[in-house]
Amino acid sequence: MNLKRKACEIRKVIVEMIYRAQFGHVGGALSATEILVDLYYKQMNVAPEKVSDPDRDRFILSKGHAVEALYAVLADRNFIPREDLLTYSQFGSPYMCHPTNKIVGIEMNTGSLGHGLSVGVGMALAAKMDKKIFRVYVVLGDGEMAEGSVWEAITAGGHYKLDNLTAIVDRNRLQMSGSTEDVMTQDSQEIRWAAFGWNVISIDGNDLDAVDAAITLAKKTSGKPTVVIANTIKGKGVSFMENRAEWHHKVPNAEQFKIAMAELEAAL
Amino acid sequence: MKSNKQIINDVLLDAAAQDKNIVVLFSDSRGSASMNSFAEKFPAQVVEVGIAEQNLVSIAAGLASCGKKSFAVSPAAFLSARSMEQVKVDVAYSNTNVKLIGISGGISYGGIGATHHATNDIAAMASIHGLRVYFPSDNFLTEKLIRALLKDDLPAYVRVGRNPVENIYRGDENFQLDKAMTICDGSDVTIISCGELVQNAVAASEILRGKNISARVIDMYCLKPLDKEIIIKAARETKKIITVEEHSPFGGLGSMIAQVTAANYPTKVLNLSLPDAPVIPGEPDEVFKYYGLDAAGIADSAEKFLGGN
Repeated sequence: MNLKRKACEIRKVIVEMIYRAQFGHVGGALSATEILVDLYYKQMNVAPEKVSDPDRDRFILSKGHAVEALYAVLADRNFIPREDLLTYSQFGSPYMCHPTNKIVGIEMNTGSLGHGLSVGVGMALAAKMDKKIFRVYVVLGDGEMAEGSVWEAITAGGHYKLDNLTAIVDRNRLQMSGSTEDVMTQDSQEIRWAAFGWNVISIDGNDLDAVDAAITLAKKTSGKPTVVIANTIKGKGVSFMENRAEWHHKVPNAEQFKIAMAELEAAL
Repeated sequence: MKSNKQIINDVLLDAAAQDKNIVVLFSDSRGSASMNSFAEKFPAQVVEVGIAEQNLVSIAAGLASCGKKSFAVSPAAFLSARSMEQVKVDVAYSNTNVKLIGISGGISYGGIGATHHATNDIAAMASIHGLRVYFPSDNFLTEKLIRALLKDDLPAYVRVGRNPVENIYRGDENFQLDKAMTICDGSDVTIISCGELVQNAVAASEILRGKNISARVIDMYCLKPLDKEIIIKAARETKKIITVEEHSPFGGLGSMIAQVTAANYPTKVLNLSLPDAPVIPGEPDEVFKYYGLDAAGIADSAEKFLGGN
């Protein structure tokens, strides 16, 4: 499977979903696309027929606002019907703007930042207790790293040497109010995590090969949990959205939508 | 005499021997919870998170999502407030089998001070959708409750105190989860209480009996779901209701009961509670006496309440 092409297709679904609903967090969904594509198409032991399998890998989108990327991947991998995406953000639809486990394939409800890694620690501990080999993946936002509870989870992950747990920080360097460095300094992520006993891998998070190599390395690392600092571009793939904080949750107008889709089509 | 938290330890010790999925999580709280013996006997079924109550609850939820029966044990003051959002999102909203055990609740910590008092946990926890809230009164009820909760996979919050408690029940009473217990019948007034103040309510009813006032006493250990039928019946049969709680005056037992009577059988309800202020330092008995929540104080309030219109 050509995963680079897959990432482009997923981006088109994300932009279309947000344009249709006139709501969503486009920038962070586009920055995290390669991470989700690599996990869901290559690395994770998950499948629609295995959603209740106790041995399945667990995925938590702690930066729940990037849910459009998750819905797009789940639909493409047949966890959920593709037509369900048409109800995204509509009255009464379970396809809200943050993930819920009412939807097949979603493990936990997220959206309030700072919860996902702690939940992941619990899942990884459960695997250790039951001597199961499933792995736990948690995607966090870099703005989310300002939540104190994340550091409780990082402390516990290092303390319990949870080598079955992989955190991936979508380091796009922008949050709602602007640069993460202006809002609340998040530099030296590598040093911070390493100090808490984590194996740290820093990569270009929009490079599929780099993401895949990092996850593979995480799987091979024993005795400590791994964090992948995925340096990404917010709004990746759409020229006028890239590296622009306002596209955290700005919605494209008709003209912008046309240009965005054309750019993504051209990249296929 | 044992504390209710010791009973929780005993029940879990017993149950964990047969059920490897029972996991108890502590936030440096195993000693405070009187659960050292559980931790020593079943170290593989214990998760220590350190002083980190938010992490405590979310980790408990993660474990539960993988089939564990999580008991998150921490002082009620911190569990019900510091980690309230984790309870809301990871336990209630995600619907995970986490039993939240709030130890040393109410003013059990006495002179340690208001930082350690849990006096708004009914209001906080009951307002979270789908979360059941229980305040057992004595050892018998605590044991029955925990054994019942072990049989289901839904979230719940349980508050117990810090100190040993007298037995209220003989031990052969019929217990049904979510049905309040009538401790003694009466026709003039009903006193409804929960948690460890139930024993003061019972003692107050005895004082009142000596004054020819017949007081019914109901143990509303199940605050959510609240046993509405028994409240409406009491309103019909005894005309006035007094509520007694180790909680702030807002959003607790009194508020809940008045809501039921107002909608179903309007009745005067007198709420005896802690004040809307930091509680005076002192041992629980001294504090209860100061606020009129001891037997004599409750009886005195009842007499005045019945004497008025």
